[in-house]
Amino acid sequence: MAIPLKYNIGNLMSRKVSAIMTIFGIGLVIAVMVAMLALYNGVQQALVSSGSKENLMVLREGAQTEATSWVTREKYRIIRALPGIDKAPDGEPLVSPELVIIFKLPRYDNPTGSNINVRGVTQKAMAIRPYITMVDGRMFKPGTNEVIVSSRMRKRFRSTNIGDSFKFGPRNWTVVGVFDANGTSFDSEIWADVEYLGLAQKRPEYSSVLVKPDGAAAMRSISDTIATDMRLKLLVKSEFKYYEDQTSGLLGIRVLVTIVAFFMVLGATLGAMNTMFSAVASRKRELATMRALGFRRRDVLLSIVIESIVLSALAGIAGVLLALPVNGIATGTANFITFSEVAFNFRISPAVAIFAVSLAIVAGVIGGLLPAISAARLPITRALREI
Amino acid sequence: MSLVDIRDVHKVYKRDSFDVPVLNGISVSVPKGDFLALMGPSGSGKTTLLNLIAGIDRPTRGKVIVGEKEISAFSETKLAAWRATNVGFIFQMYNLIPVLNAADNVELPLLLTKLSKKERREHLETALNVVGLADRMTYFPRQLSGGQEQRVAIARAIVTDPTIIVADEPTGDLDAKSAHEILDLLHRLNADFQKTIIMVTHDPKAAERANHVLQLDKGVLVESERRDSAGSHG
Repeated sequence: MAIPLKYNIGNLMSRKVSAIMTIFGIGLVIAVMVAMLALYNGVQQALVSSGSKENLMVLREGAQTEATSWVTREKYRIIRALPGIDKAPDGEPLVSPELVIIFKLPRYDNPTGSNINVRGVTQKAMAIRPYITMVDGRMFKPGTNEVIVSSRMRKRFRSTNIGDSFKFGPRNWTVVGVFDANGTSFDSEIWADVEYLGLAQKRPEYSSVLVKPDGAAAMRSISDTIATDMRLKLLVKSEFKYYEDQTSGLLGIRVLVTIVAFFMVLGATLGAMNTMFSAVASRKRELATMRALGFRRRDVLLSIVIESIVLSALAGIAGVLLALPVNGIATGTANFITFSEVAFNFRISPAVAIFAVSLAIVAGVIGGLLPAISAARLPITRALREI
Repeated sequence: MSLVDIRDVHKVYKRDSFDVPVLNGISVSVPKGDFLALMGPSGSGKTTLLNLIAGIDRPTRGKVIVGEKEISAFSETKLAAWRATNVGFIFQMYNLIPVLNAADNVELPLLLTKLSKKERREHLETALNVVGLADRMTYFPRQLSGGQEQRVAIARAIVTDPTIIVADEPTGDLDAKSAHEILDLLHRLNADFQKTIIMVTHDPKAAERANHVLQLDKGVLVESERRDSAGSHG
């Protein structure tokens, strides 16, 4: 049997102040890392959760994003007539031609403004995306200059309250409603009538066409038809895949998060190492006594590493708790694929919390290993003479 | 027949680039049931000899045989396992684990055996009873006097019923009364329980309790005295 855990717990309890300071210190480091992970997780969630695996996204062949894609009205009509498309209650096929235009709108915290997507849609857009709901005001009327904005946009951008107007292109647009897109990237958009938007911006083509097939078989069949029809020459992929591909625009954030996480783990490791070296230095004689009694080097090594793990796991939990206040904070960042703003919430998901505590434990293992090795290698007779 | 057989043992320590000889060809036999006192001035090599017998150090040359096993040839792991079942340690500064209570301290060597939790409990209660501290089981070392701490250490040393008990200056940090009690206890372990005890001491009064005294000086054995009348001075 190994050295009992109560020995390690007892030692941590016997130097409460030092242990608490270490837990708090490493916890702060972990908290910064959790905040970075929550940022990345929030942006990724905003993008990935935007797409449904049951919808098909049709774009120009070779287009990466809607902003660089166009689908002619003639092609839209061919798609709309394909068999296997789900029907709305009114019997119309669930197909949504959409036009995405980027424009700059002043933010409350940045008067020079940020790029946001204005999405031209039909009244069918919400039927295909049932998780998007109106939360204030009303839907825009077709054929008018009315727009609806996401609730997150309203909080961050000027002139986006109901009744406000802003100039976009040659025309003024009036906000008549507010929608909530349930944390998806549509929370970063303003929606208008697709026909009126195209007319106002002199854009006769759509950017994309969203199709809802009436089952898995229909999804395959429609995909194959669009992909192989020589008249169309369009790219088709699941809406989920389209938004998943958008996350490649987060490479910069991912690199930043990785660098920060690396240095944070390094800091936590050095913190744990410093504490454990100090702990071992003051316990040389009792560790030598354990070895004299018959505990092996590896028992001593394991005991010190376990103590370091306990310490760093507590620090990891403290770090997650310290970071919790940032959970849910709404903000935005630029997506360098679409060149528009992505609104997102910092998300400390269970996976982020578990990952952070796991990294803290890894830091504990690495940080505890060197002091543990030094403690286990010390000759018993010399260590017994330590005061 | 000897329980401990030391054959031409040399021990040399390295200090920086210098060789410091501590034991120079010592040969000693300790019969089973002996109460041996190792005496001599500081630096004479008595603690080094004790450490070699206890298996926490290795000779530079020569053999250390305990219970017909040449422990000086054991691997590190095998030696640790051997110590767990064959040696009970008593240190000058008691060396109890400060964050464990008396019962947990005494139980430590038992964790290296295959005894069940219930059996371990029975053993540690018996050991604490022998040293007269059954009522201090839940006390932590800081709550005990020096004499009581050393008695807990003795309970820890006997709890596995080891082949030999090694004691390095067991009364060196105690007042006269406590020292007397500890020596009485060691004598009782030897006389009543036939425990083989090897004790390093500077104190002639402590050595009087032993039935065999070895005098060391500068790493060599200078005198061996066997007494028949050693015993309790209560």
